[in-house]
Amino acid sequence: MVLNPNDKSNVKAVFGKIGGQAEEYGAETLERMFAAYPQTKTYFPHFDLGKGSAQVKGHGKKVAAALVEAANNIDDIAGALSKLSDLHAQKLRVDPVNFKLLGQCFLVVVASHNPSLLTPEVHASLDKFLCAVGTVLTAKYR
Amino acid sequence: MVHWSAEEKQLIAGLWGRLSAEQCGAEALARLLIVYPWTQRFFDNFGNLSSPTAIVGNPKVRAHGRKVLTSFGEAIKNLDNLKGTFSKLSELHCDKLHVDPENFRLLGDILIIVLAAHFSKDFTPACQATWQKLVGVVAHALAHKYH
Repeated sequence: MVLNPNDKSNVKAVFGKIGGQAEEYGAETLERMFAAYPQTKTYFPHFDLGKGSAQVKGHGKKVAAALVEAANNIDDIAGALSKLSDLHAQKLRVDPVNFKLLGQCFLVVVASHNPSLLTPEVHASLDKFLCAVGTVLTAKYR
Repeated sequence: MVHWSAEEKQLIAGLWGRLSAEQCGAEALARLLIVYPWTQRFFDNFGNLSSPTAIVGNPKVRAHGRKVLTSFGEAIKNLDNLKGTFSKLSELHCDKLHVDPENFRLLGDILIIVLAAHFSKDFTPACQATWQKLVGVVAHALAHKYH
């Protein structure tokens, strides 16, 4: 699955619109993921996952920053996220199924904050982008 | 059997009462066909699905989307017996329609996005969690009679 020029421009437009709110979106994505998919909490036994948790906010900021970085380097996501890919393969080893769950929650956050931004075409492009990010992050698993 | 708390039932009924099966169904099905184009394989007789615009405007897509969501409404009225409610539909999707159950999960996720766009801030994390659970059990019930 390859991102075509339209996909790339749609994704850049979304992140352009989100702008400085990306960090907030990251935190809300995690909050939703932990609520909808409790099994994802198993990766964070060392976190306070209660409402308003500073750790969740902090981690959401990191996740968002990675997505922004990928969007800004959309012609070479593998290159841009290479270190993160190593980290996930060697240390974090988050099961690949979970990237789809995170992606779903990120789409929900974008949809709920910007209903008119997420047209079907943009939805398709963003979904592809999130899949591509997940693929890169799990590429070195074995 | 799936257990539903009073809060979950409220979150489901509350939202359901505020949406149009016709509109949400049409949108969800159109998005499924656009975001996951391989799902178009089941709709060869639907006419023009050549572009997102064509898909969104396609009257057969609208009609079928409405049918699907109306059926969802039946699930909501029978939360305590989803397998029974969908037994015949499950057989149909297996024996006649030959639909991979993965597609039920895909449509469920798309429906969640449509609800998020529609209800915005009201689609709280708790609301999403309940509805993710609902679409999951509906997908499971629809796959239950597969053989």
